[in-house]
Amino acid sequence: MLDLIWLVPGLPLAGFLVLTVAGRRIGEPGAGWLATGALTGSFLVTVGVHLDLVGRAVDDRRSVTTLFEWVPAGDLSVDVGFLVDPLALTMCLFITGVGALIHMYAIGYMHGDVDFGRFFAYMNLFAFAMLMLVLGDSLLLTFLGWEGVGACSYLLISFWFTDEANASAGKKAFITNRIGDWGFMVAMFATFFAFGSLDYVDVLDAAAAGTVAQTTATLIAVMLFVGAVGKSAQFPLHLWLPDAMAGPTPVSALIHAATMVTSGVYLLTRVNPLIADAAGWVPDMIAWVGVGTALFAATAALAQTDIKKVLAYSTISQLGYMFLAVGTGAYVAAVFHMITHAFFKALLFLGAGSVIHGMDGDQDLRHYGGLRRFMPVTATTFIIGWLAIAGVPPFAGFWSKDEILAFAWDRSPALWLVGLVTAVLTAFYMTRQVALTFFGRYRYPEPQTGGEDPATVAARADHRPHESPLTMTLPLVVLAVLAIGGGLMQLPFSSSTKRLEAWLEPSLFGNEVHLGLGAGTQWVLAAVAVVGGAVGIALALVVYLQRRISDRAIERPLLADAWRFDRYVSGFMGGPGRRGFEATTRFDERVVDGAVWGVAGIVSRTAGVLRLFHNGMVRTYAAGIGVGAVALLIWFLTRSTL
Amino acid sequence: MVVTTGWYLALGAVLFSMGAVGLLVRRNPLVMFMCIELMLNAVNLTFVSLGAELGDLGGQLSVFFVLVVAAAEVVVGLAVIVAIMRRRSGATVDDLSVLRG
Repeated sequence: MLDLIWLVPGLPLAGFLVLTVAGRRIGEPGAGWLATGALTGSFLVTVGVHLDLVGRAVDDRRSVTTLFEWVPAGDLSVDVGFLVDPLALTMCLFITGVGALIHMYAIGYMHGDVDFGRFFAYMNLFAFAMLMLVLGDSLLLTFLGWEGVGACSYLLISFWFTDEANASAGKKAFITNRIGDWGFMVAMFATFFAFGSLDYVDVLDAAAAGTVAQTTATLIAVMLFVGAVGKSAQFPLHLWLPDAMAGPTPVSALIHAATMVTSGVYLLTRVNPLIADAAGWVPDMIAWVGVGTALFAATAALAQTDIKKVLAYSTISQLGYMFLAVGTGAYVAAVFHMITHAFFKALLFLGAGSVIHGMDGDQDLRHYGGLRRFMPVTATTFIIGWLAIAGVPPFAGFWSKDEILAFAWDRSPALWLVGLVTAVLTAFYMTRQVALTFFGRYRYPEPQTGGEDPATVAARADHRPHESPLTMTLPLVVLAVLAIGGGLMQLPFSSSTKRLEAWLEPSLFGNEVHLGLGAGTQWVLAAVAVVGGAVGIALALVVYLQRRISDRAIERPLLADAWRFDRYVSGFMGGPGRRGFEATTRFDERVVDGAVWGVAGIVSRTAGVLRLFHNGMVRTYAAGIGVGAVALLIWFLTRSTL
Repeated sequence: MVVTTGWYLALGAVLFSMGAVGLLVRRNPLVMFMCIELMLNAVNLTFVSLGAELGDLGGQLSVFFVLVVAAAEVVVGLAVIVAIMRRRSGATVDDLSVLRG
């Protein structure tokens, strides 16, 4: 099966090509089923390769399949090839699996859209790029996928591009990611300079053997971290992710929750030998940036009124947990949380999409209420997702978050404390969302704040929320099952239940930190986390269901504005930043362009003199030839006599 | 009196000079054309006489090339001149200076 690995990205690429050419002719729903089929096919191939690898000896689980030479340039030779190892395959499994479910869901969600075929073409292109990112056998190939997913993210955020806000949200995502890409590129240059190769096998084996200087490893690790911060929306480059919610909800679920935004975590996990060789402050920085982002985004999520924005900040927060895990050396925990997060966050996003679908596009939490009666499947599955993210045992999120918090405690209790506060806040804001959406009064027909036209209120009174079609509810049910049982892959009780850790071991070069905590400490930590989650849930129920405390005290404008960070950045970029850019432009105009125009001016003036000789008189030219011939003759004759 | 190679070379030089001076002083395109032919054939004469003097077949060979090129040049040149004369009869080459820089 290993020889068929090229089919994994190949099938979505084929789907994209077919849909680009004939997407409009295939139409609805054929285009959607074609795209779903392509991704399901690559899921099946991935499962086959997975079984193949499981059957091999542990040392034999890493292999490179080269397709062709891509960039032959001097000493640099980059092949298009796939590095198949447990880490890449784990990523592929959940990308194709969750991706196929989301594709299927989108068939229902995008029903009636004029650009149905274009949507699925982009979705398949995204899947192709994402799979190239994780399967690529060199940094350059990963970068190709990295840029590919960025481009697809841009295309899909601004999918409904006739609306100005959507188009500028796409641009914002693209430009913010450029800063991260800069880091990635500098890291690649440094890697080639230091190792003479970009292939993971060469670079990582050399780094694992400890042949690289600490300063070099530090530079590469920090620059890759900059890249990861951009792609995975960590502070201070998180700005684009909340705006990215302008895209269709399946896009938010697939790209901006489950897969693309985790590629930063994947990258850092992939280059773990380099991080191990880097200076000691690099992992600490990663951990602190991660946990800081987790707390920051969780506070912002408290006050969002848009159902998707809550989930967007929640995603940033959960990605912060993964960075915390990477920083503490708990790579397995990072990947574990990445997978469980893909399950429950995709579930939550798709559930939110189902709610939006049933409410005719209204995304405001304050307008919902009591939807449990109208959408039983959506409500049940959403509640499962809520319990999973809130860290309630035995749902998947509990196990992964608990493992990360244990490692954080092992590194530094301060990290653990911030992580725990974030967990309490997570439980709080998710409960708020569930309570406002599915419980309480059915508020939709009521007049909203801000004084509405009575006619619109009356029109809304006739609206009946409805459950979504089967193509949408089926993925919800499957993801809900995964969100319940996802923890089974890595249970902390004994080394035999840590299946993910044993499986990922060949990709980690022994850099996985092992907990130095006794079982008693771990039980206490878990109990504290569960109590913290319960406190968060209870508080939110008191505020939003019983209404004993006013929500004004919590939903501060400062939090709704995400600490006004976006505004400060815009202010800076519009003021001093803009002046700086203008100075650069002037330098470009005066100095760089000046040099170019100067050369052109000299040529032009010389030509102006020379053209006087070109008077159009044939006899003048003939005289010129004659005089020249005589002059040459004289010169040769006199020279030979010397 | 023996006609030595030097005579032929002198004749060639005289013919070439006549052609060159004619090219420079005359304005009628047809006459200028004939002057060019004169110069070409002066060179041909030089080639042949030197080839005979030195016993080298290359001299006569070059003449064939010159003849072919001259024929081709006449074909193109005459066609151009005829085309110009149709539009502007009596034109001299000095009138045809529209291609000046």
